[in-house]
Amino acid sequence: MLNLASVTLFDAVFIVIAGITITAALGVVLFRNIIYSALSLILAFLGAAAVYFQLNAGFLGVIQILVYAGAISVLIIFAIMLVMNRAAGETNLSSPRTREVFIGGTITAMMLTALMAVMGFTSWPLTGRPGPDNSPGLLAELMLGDYVIAFEAAAILLLVAVVGAIILAKGVENK
Amino acid sequence: MIGLPHYLLLGTIIFCIGIFGVLTRRNAVAVLMSVELMLNAVNINFVAANKYIAPDSAVGQLFSVFVIVVAAAEIAVGLALVISIYRQRGSVDLHDFNLLKW
Repeated sequence: MLNLASVTLFDAVFIVIAGITITAALGVVLFRNIIYSALSLILAFLGAAAVYFQLNAGFLGVIQILVYAGAISVLIIFAIMLVMNRAAGETNLSSPRTREVFIGGTITAMMLTALMAVMGFTSWPLTGRPGPDNSPGLLAELMLGDYVIAFEAAAILLLVAVVGAIILAKGVENK
Repeated sequence: MIGLPHYLLLGTIIFCIGIFGVLTRRNAVAVLMSVELMLNAVNINFVAANKYIAPDSAVGQLFSVFVIVVAAAEIAVGLALVISIYRQRGSVDLHDFNLLKW
């Protein structure tokens, strides 16, 4: 079935990365200890970063490692430490109602089937050309050119989110 | 051998794992982590489509950057909400979050 002679190094690297990423993603959902889930999530983020590197998106891979594997995971682990109020081994349990788990699994299976069907039936307009190597430059031109409004809106969104997060977590003092 | 469909398949699988986590976990932080997985899956699709369909532009990568920005904002506000609710109710179990239930 799988012709091993046609597997290049690129393919082998992809298979290894995809395997690690999917295993780590499953770990996030299935570990019973939420600390292990968070560590598994970091591994999944790093796997996604490796996929970006493989897809010639080095800048995005670095951003992924900085923002996701660095900042967001630290934030998540801090929050876990702040809200842990029971034994670590039972912090990330599945829903106790079997009906909910069953419905969740059904929806997931339906979604997976639908998405794979869409993928199979779509004819992708593939181009065989390799892309240019200068993706940070292209990104910068787009960001400060055609998409400058979205860029500024993203900046405002980040500011508002940080202020909102502080207010929500600290609480407003009534005078 | 490996092409766009394989990357899209990887994205789909991670997305569905995220959906399963959102629907079945009872810890609010675990649900937020599953949402992050889903956003990552979408990013993989964006970047893969960028490389294989429009390699001359970087629009897919740009959208990924915006998704990362929104994800960072979302996780900050979401965790602040979780901490705030934890102060009020002493729990992060989603089954205890029925303040709006009539």
